[in-house]
Amino acid sequence: MGVDDTLAPRPDAGLPMWEYQESRENPDLAEVRDRSGLWINGEETEPLSGKWFSTIEPATEGHLSMVAEAGPADVDRAVGAARDAAAEWAGLPPIERAKSLFRIARLIQERSRELAVLDTRDGGKPIREARDTDLPLVAAHFFYHAGWADKLEYAFPGAAPRPLGVVGQVIPWNFPLLMAAWKVAPALATGNTVVLKPAETTPLSALRLAEIAAEAGLPPGVLNVIPGAGETGAELVGHPGVDKVAFTGSTQVGKEIRRRLAGSGKALTLELGGKGAHLVFEDAPLDQAVEGVVNGIFFNQGQVCCAGSRLLVQESIASEFVDRLRRRLSTLRVGDPLDKNTDIGAINSAAQLRRITELVESGQEEGALIYQPPCDLPERGFWFPPTLFTDVSQSHRIAREEIFGPVLSILTFRTPDEAVERANNTPYGLASGVWTSKGSRILWMADRLAAGVVWANTYNKFDPASPFGGVKESGFGREGGRHGLAAYLRGVG
Amino acid sequence: MGERLAVRKTYKLYIDGGFPRSESGRTFPVVSDDGSEVVHISRASRKDLRMAVRAARAALAGWKGRSGYNRGQVLYRIAEMVEDRAATFAAQLELGGSSAEDARGEVGEAIDLLIWYAGWCDKYMQVVGNMNPVAGPFFNISVPEPVGVVGVIAPSAPVLRGLVAGLAPVVSSGNTAVVVASPAQPMIAITLAEALATADVPAGVVNILTGFPEELAPWLAGHMDVNGVDFSGVHPEGISDLEEAASHNLKRTGRWEGSDANLYRISAFTEIKTVWHPKGR
Repeated sequence: MGVDDTLAPRPDAGLPMWEYQESRENPDLAEVRDRSGLWINGEETEPLSGKWFSTIEPATEGHLSMVAEAGPADVDRAVGAARDAAAEWAGLPPIERAKSLFRIARLIQERSRELAVLDTRDGGKPIREARDTDLPLVAAHFFYHAGWADKLEYAFPGAAPRPLGVVGQVIPWNFPLLMAAWKVAPALATGNTVVLKPAETTPLSALRLAEIAAEAGLPPGVLNVIPGAGETGAELVGHPGVDKVAFTGSTQVGKEIRRRLAGSGKALTLELGGKGAHLVFEDAPLDQAVEGVVNGIFFNQGQVCCAGSRLLVQESIASEFVDRLRRRLSTLRVGDPLDKNTDIGAINSAAQLRRITELVESGQEEGALIYQPPCDLPERGFWFPPTLFTDVSQSHRIAREEIFGPVLSILTFRTPDEAVERANNTPYGLASGVWTSKGSRILWMADRLAAGVVWANTYNKFDPASPFGGVKESGFGREGGRHGLAAYLRGVG
Repeated sequence: MGERLAVRKTYKLYIDGGFPRSESGRTFPVVSDDGSEVVHISRASRKDLRMAVRAARAALAGWKGRSGYNRGQVLYRIAEMVEDRAATFAAQLELGGSSAEDARGEVGEAIDLLIWYAGWCDKYMQVVGNMNPVAGPFFNISVPEPVGVVGVIAPSAPVLRGLVAGLAPVVSSGNTAVVVASPAQPMIAITLAEALATADVPAGVVNILTGFPEELAPWLAGHMDVNGVDFSGVHPEGISDLEEAASHNLKRTGRWEGSDANLYRISAFTEIKTVWHPKGR
């Protein structure tokens, strides 16, 4: 371990000096095979493209597995398999579909430790987060949506909802298995069949999910997983056999997909980027707000579409609040994602690290003040220390662009009206946070914040029962809750 | 060596997670349809009923305090345990006169019904509750809450499916239950209790009494610490007296026939709570 940021004991505390002892999860809990093929029609298969790519461990840059890359012929095969399976899957008695998904949920619960290790190794996120956040939510998403499969007429009274058919889904690398669950569970529950393209840097857990689904007895062709990069995704969303496209990723790619699908008649939902405003009023419970703000931006290394990346703090408490944040930052442990004590793991890829670095440099060049606590970063792997910017103005790139990294831009406001104006001064509108002791103000703010999700006196809370999604250029459509089902049904959208 | 002598099961009540005999010491014989087997079933007394209500009341805060997701997991676990005992249930239904095919069919239906209600635990409030667009600067939301301790008089047929259709909706929303089983095939109810006891259902959340409903139902309907009763197993002629008994503390009551998978069996034993909160900077 290259990190040793053991806090020195306070001289007056009379406490013994503790040696830091890491608590490392066993990496071998998750089997990683030499080769990971495509998953089409209920079995692992060689790619017709003949292409394979290496997926690496971002914490070490070490090679994990050679993964099949789906080319056009593979996409065609996968969509064909999904098409062939569609009628029978949609025609099953709904209770049978429900029980299939319940089985998958149970198997995920049973194999949760293995899957957490797989996502941590392939993606770089702290094992604590994979274990305590991602995996419980993955199981919960299948469990929740399983229960809807035989109750759709209650979700949309009078609408006789029907499945759309074959769904093409493209997901990002920040929550590899959780994003797969968000996409797959509602699509299957509503009677669609799926072709899922996981991100090229994190394909392993989605492929494992397909195996689990098969183990649960899901019929062949109902869930197909085809790894690949952007070209594979483009091929999938453009395939004429796909009835609906669901995409989570950058706003730029989301717009390209919207353009590409224009006039195609395909249904589309997009969950895109964000520049979440996290607002702290002077009457907020400050200790809790500090924890909330830290969680809001450093959870998953800040590689979260709804990250609270713009802190708007009321001027009267700004100086004290920033001091508290600095102190808290110095206690964050950056390093080996498999160490259960790690707070901030590895950045997902070299490309992402370059983007973060470039934006942080722009912040310094444009005149914002940077703060990074001292921390020794491991020599190999992709790392970025937790970073605060003060003296940020609205025109700075770090206040406008999504950084997707552990970087918080701090601005101030004086009045609630100004807070709303500044918070909404962005083309994005995914999530916002409000910290105040005044209940009426929470609700007043919630009415005015242009965001699909508003967290009050909390942040980054997710639940399969709660719809998630953005407004404006953060995309359209919701995932989760009753409203998330609409994205996968005909006649209710 | 002759044929091995089988060990027979003793059927007792299910109260507060345990299996006591009736405090009264009474039993009643149940003879299988072909006359080959006699089983002595505990005949619960008024005092057993009171103990069951007490256990249900004590379990209420914990059970309704759980998340809907967690209750759903427990109901799903019940389905797992019933599936595991499918052969036992089917054999007992056959003893009661069902054909092998009908018995298997009913067990499957009962399990699927449990799955159906398991799914409602974290969803019924999304369908039954709502935001109210009041004409003023107020946040106003109405959500269903469990009514409390609910009695269930289970029907005599279909016995297993009827038990599940009475029990599952009541506990799915967070109520706790006191079930009076039909005396027609009471073994089924106790086998179900054995499934419940191994399914992570906290003690007292479900209590099952065997005996004679005409003896127990008036006490259940009149009990001042019971908040609702499902009268589905009550003969129409008996309803009037029981509803009168239930009027003392205005119990929520209902009776369903041939309507097992029914969202309104859940909402019948909930109360709507409306919360107002002002909005302002």
